Amino acid sequence: MPSTAAIALRGIVKRYPRVIANDGVDLVVDKGTIHAVIGENGAGKSTLMKILYGMVRPDEGSIELAGRPVRFASPREAIAAGIGMVHQHFMLVRPLTVYENVVLGQEPGRALRWDRRQARSEVSRLSKEYGIAVDPEARVAELSVGEEQRVEILKVLYRGARTLILDEPTAVLTPGECEELFATLRRLKQAGSTILFISHKLKEVMALCDRVTVMRRGKTVGEKACAETSREELARLMVGDMEIAESKSSDFRYEAAPETALELESVCVAGPHGRRALSEISLSVAAGEILGVAGVEGNGQRELAQAVCGLLPYYGRIRRAGRAAYIPEDRHRCGLLLCAPAWENMLLGRHREREFSSPLSLDQAAIRRYGRALVSDFDLRPPDLEQRAAAFSGGNQQKIVVGRELSKSPRVLVAAHPTRGVDIGAAALIHDRILRAKAAGCGVLLISADLDELLALCDRIAVLYSGRLMGVLPRGQANLETLGRWMAGLEQA
Amino acid sequence: MRALIKSEGRWITAAAALSLAVLLLGVVGLGRNPALVLRLMVSRVLLSPYGLGQTLYKTTTLIFTGLACALAFRCGLFNIGAEGQVYAGGFLMTAVGLALPGLPAVLLIPLLLVVSALGGGLWALLPGYLKAKRGAHEVITTMMMNFIALALTNYLVMARFHVPETIHTQELPAAASLPLAGAFARTFQGSAVNASLLVALALAAAVWYFLWRTPLGFELRAVGANPEAARSSGVPVESRLFLILVASGALAGLAGVNFILGYKHYFEQGFAAEEGFLGIAVALVAKNHPVGVVFAALLFALLSQAGLALNTVIPRELFEILQSAVIFIVVICQNRLGEKA
Repeated sequence: MPSTAAIALRGIVKRYPRVIANDGVDLVVDKGTIHAVIGENGAGKSTLMKILYGMVRPDEGSIELAGRPVRFASPREAIAAGIGMVHQHFMLVRPLTVYENVVLGQEPGRALRWDRRQARSEVSRLSKEYGIAVDPEARVAELSVGEEQRVEILKVLYRGARTLILDEPTAVLTPGECEELFATLRRLKQAGSTILFISHKLKEVMALCDRVTVMRRGKTVGEKACAETSREELARLMVGDMEIAESKSSDFRYEAAPETALELESVCVAGPHGRRALSEISLSVAAGEILGVAGVEGNGQRELAQAVCGLLPYYGRIRRAGRAAYIPEDRHRCGLLLCAPAWENMLLGRHREREFSSPLSLDQAAIRRYGRALVSDFDLRPPDLEQRAAAFSGGNQQKIVVGRELSKSPRVLVAAHPTRGVDIGAAALIHDRILRAKAAGCGVLLISADLDELLALCDRIAVLYSGRLMGVLPRGQANLETLGRWMAGLEQA
Repeated sequence: MRALIKSEGRWITAAAALSLAVLLLGVVGLGRNPALVLRLMVSRVLLSPYGLGQTLYKTTTLIFTGLACALAFRCGLFNIGAEGQVYAGGFLMTAVGLALPGLPAVLLIPLLLVVSALGGGLWALLPGYLKAKRGAHEVITTMMMNFIALALTNYLVMARFHVPETIHTQELPAAASLPLAGAFARTFQGSAVNASLLVALALAAAVWYFLWRTPLGFELRAVGANPEAARSSGVPVESRLFLILVASGALAGLAGVNFILGYKHYFEQGFAAEEGFLGIAVALVAKNHPVGVVFAALLFALLSQAGLALNTVIPRELFEILQSAVIFIVVICQNRLGEKA
């Protein structure tokens, strides 16, 4: 059967040393459509796009452009084949003008004397043809973020792209700029371009796109026409099987009087571009309780975690029963000293405690004893305290972080995506240890994008959307419909 | 620890062997006999008491400045201001020493050691403050402080302190002198190596102990390894950045002890002679480890002394080129290793 697909990726597999980024991904995009690829961070969207753009070579699978098999060794070849990428982080030379940036690397004219006049007229022709309003003579440094993005799109069009990949293009835009971007993209579509729109914002996808492919954990888990699906359905596909898992949580009870472990009162955190990353958050977590925070990523979860841990300035009041232990969402960036041995990573943050040091010396013996106890309690593999953190697998790295934080016997724990990118065995162990901490009276704020995890562990579940608290439900009443609606930003039913 | 010394040792041996190979290539290129050059190197530097003494004298200064750079680099800050910090420490020490003529040696020498560290630390105070409070890049600020230190000490020496017809100050009181090695071992008579070497070696051990055996040292290394993780674990990152630069400055400030207390007993314009900058290279070759610094300092001192001793046979510029070649070799090898890790 002859295919009308502009792009067809079939059975794409990309393995990295410790993770399979793409595991048999299929993506078929019809010509002249806007096609969304959605999924949580780490679902494999970016890897897939890099493969299509020639930045990464797949281990398995095939790529077809308009029915012809292709194989790109570099972005240069992808560009020659008519594919253009608008990166999330702009790649512009700020002191140069718009038209100079657009033609940079492919200047019209001869080698030593390039034709500025032709460049200018070419750029203004493109900008008129596609209705992309931007002054070719303006300096990029003086442009707004939305305008910079238009320059990026012009760059891609100037190179003759008929297929545009936009990687989370709205992440940096204000709502007004988003509308303008969508208008531009619709015009491009009418002119016959094919557009791949990478996002995890469902509202935009539904408003803009024709079809949508959902990725989860390196696999394509669904493909829908936007007209025939709903935000709730997409949210459910993104975060996974929403059947309520058997609760292990009931086995872990804290019997003492339920004092408050953590309380937030009207907490606000400033975000970029004068917006609020968190807006008027009030909630409380009792000792021996796990409060889950659900939501599509980027809706204020990170700011919430950092504010509670005192790592971010905030307005309002936060009361903690003790110093908060913190399992950060990005263990490499915030959790570990990758080049340092395991024992130093286990010590970090506890190095001032009497148990392990006096001001003038670290008690090596006590530290090793503690390290060995942690190794056996968390089944760290390999059980080598001297091995550098970077050399452990993701799951074992996470065990080091979780073990260290829980070893503080905290009264408040903030756990952000504690099992992300972690194998099932390690995840189960981490869940078990968090439940034990709860049973010991710790108040836990558990942030996760994985509803299965939240439903299995939490006593109550809150939903964040756009920095606001949409609502809180006790687990017994948490139904997927309500959570899904809240996550999609729809008000209470 | 033993494994560490072993791997550091192997590393520096490799760097030394490679630089020797480069040297011999250069010698052959100049049309000289490499066997003769090698023989002279051994006889005039390693087997000559004077040559060896001078080498150890140079090693001493480089241990101080190498430790200063290694401490900062290990903790993630690129202090290239050791040169200026040497001048600041040396000058303050001389000024204080001249102002206190009556003190006995047991008081004066420890006091001057502290003062020289203080001077170096003082010179890193502003870069440290700007780094912690404003995020100003330490490379720029410490570099500027170098120019200021050199100009300021030149001016102060000429305007106030110099002995007529010279570019140095008056001599410090005799009580401020550290004994020359020649006073104890006849072999070293005539060379400048002095008790500062012991101070430098003790300091290398102290820096190692501080970084690897104390909670504060652990914090500083954690800030260097991953400031975000350190911050998440409750380490006050900004105040630690300040501390790292000041401590590094203090180590560099002590370098003047070798020249001033151990050898000439006065402050002389330009006495640091780029040893502060060479400290960067020493730290680099030592992979920022205090034990490695001792050996790397020895390597660079050997090259420098060989250049002087063989000046009649081959131009000493060849040895200067060689010092740069060593750095190239190290950088290339480290990147190779880094890729594999």
